[in-house]
Amino acid sequence: MQQPPAIRFDAVDQVFQARSGPIHALQGVSFDVSHHEFLAVLGPSGCGKSTLLRMIAGLLQPTSGEVEVFGMPVTSPRDDIGIVFQKPTLLPWATVEDNVTFPVRHKTGHVSIRDRERAQELLAMVGLEGFGKRLPDELSGGMQQRVGIARALHLDPDILLMDEPFSALDALTREMMGFDLLRIFADKPKTVVFITHSVSEAALLADRVLVMSGRPGCVASQHVVPLTGPRGPDSMKDAGLLDLSADLRARLMTREAA
Amino acid sequence: MSQTLPDQPRASVPPAPPARTVPKRPDPRPAAKPAQTVAPSLWSRIPGLTTAATFLTVLLLWEGAVRLFAIPSFLLPAPSAILGSFGAVGPARWATHVWATLRVAVMGFGLATCVAIPLAMVMMRSPFLSKTLYPLLVVVQSTPVVAIAPIIVVALGAGDLPRVVITTLITFFPLVVSTATGLAATPPELIELSRSLSAPARREMTQIRLPYAVPYIFSALRISITLAVIGAVVAEFVASDAGVGYFIQFSTSMFRMPQAWAGLVVLAAMSLILFQAVVLTQKWLFPWSLPKTTR
Repeated sequence: MQQPPAIRFDAVDQVFQARSGPIHALQGVSFDVSHHEFLAVLGPSGCGKSTLLRMIAGLLQPTSGEVEVFGMPVTSPRDDIGIVFQKPTLLPWATVEDNVTFPVRHKTGHVSIRDRERAQELLAMVGLEGFGKRLPDELSGGMQQRVGIARALHLDPDILLMDEPFSALDALTREMMGFDLLRIFADKPKTVVFITHSVSEAALLADRVLVMSGRPGCVASQHVVPLTGPRGPDSMKDAGLLDLSADLRARLMTREAA
Repeated sequence: MSQTLPDQPRASVPPAPPARTVPKRPDPRPAAKPAQTVAPSLWSRIPGLTTAATFLTVLLLWEGAVRLFAIPSFLLPAPSAILGSFGAVGPARWATHVWATLRVAVMGFGLATCVAIPLAMVMMRSPFLSKTLYPLLVVVQSTPVVAIAPIIVVALGAGDLPRVVITTLITFFPLVVSTATGLAATPPELIELSRSLSAPARREMTQIRLPYAVPYIFSALRISITLAVIGAVVAEFVASDAGVGYFIQFSTSMFRMPQAWAGLVVLAAMSLILFQAVVLTQKWLFPWSLPKTTR
């Protein structure tokens, strides 16, 4: 029996009712994300990229069409999906460790010793060993976002949704975070939907890149990233990757201009 | 406000950096710098020195002016006369009056807090209640409390109750509005996270919204605690037989102006101390809710 795709969008429309009239956020969006695939979604601002994520997480129902996760239509919020936001949005009063265990505490009202151990493991994995007792504002922006990633992984979700997670970071930190992310997923594969503005980030991290066009948002093109084997800073010099980046950039440019 | 918090800037200074490990070599340059830095450090080294000096200067000028121009005491009593009336009244009478005012102010403030925060939570949860209650609150707030006070006293009779109610009325509006603002100011991402976890709404309130509202609640508490003293005094003006407000009114009716001024000083001190107590409570219980420099 063939396994259903992890995520499946089938002719999804999304219309928001605003005071000025209906806003067509998404139109006829169809795509699949297979198991343990890293999909980057690239597109101009306001093309409904974040709306996609909210629909996968079950926070938003499509106006028409179908969103499926593991072959089942998404009808309500699901907790087997981790979300990393653009801003870390940590709780300023809670220690780093309490921030990482927040999902389980918030869901069940109780944090076990095992949960705390797991938080420690995750902090070590994202490179924040020994920072568990600090408060978020004692950490740099990049470190805070690492805590955000650890928090999203704490319930061990199969699917990780990342909404421009590194866009608030400086260029160097951003690159390092990207490779750290790949290292984390190499240990523990996840299905990832990664939204970004950055062509190079998308090409470097993803298995496949989905280009969206704006208003109403729809899938403009899909590209498989021609890289095999582990990726590192050298991958950026790969000829196939450079071609893909140029192609993606050109597509985005013409759309922005149009 | 800074003159009321003389020790705050000091408290925020981080511990002194560790002593330099580089061995000191004899400095061939002439020591010209220290002479420039000594003068300002005298004022900045002792906390509150500037404030104290300012107050002392004002008091001296005041005393001098009253004596020089022979200002009659009903117009402006000299600081020395005010000070003298402190002793004349005696600690036992002061204690009675201060306790009466303090009791009403704190009870009214406490009641307002206990009503306002749950009310704001309910209004946050229910748009319907918010729509129906908010206009009512605005009407209550727009009615001058001084004007309602006599009515409340007639309705509720003698004793602390009418005074506490008046104090509550005057204090709770900023608390409701500010708490509601704080509850709504939570980052939408965290609310989405909460929803994606299918957490009970109660926990969304206690684990996310309420803590996020703490800075808002405390800025309202600071306003409310000073309003509470005003409320207690207003209530005493209307009907009472004790309290610092009553004492001032009583003193003026007997033309004991220095004594009335002494009451005023006591009221101001009470307000300051209560305000400071709220500030310290926030510092003690919720240090994270303060800007980094004032922790």
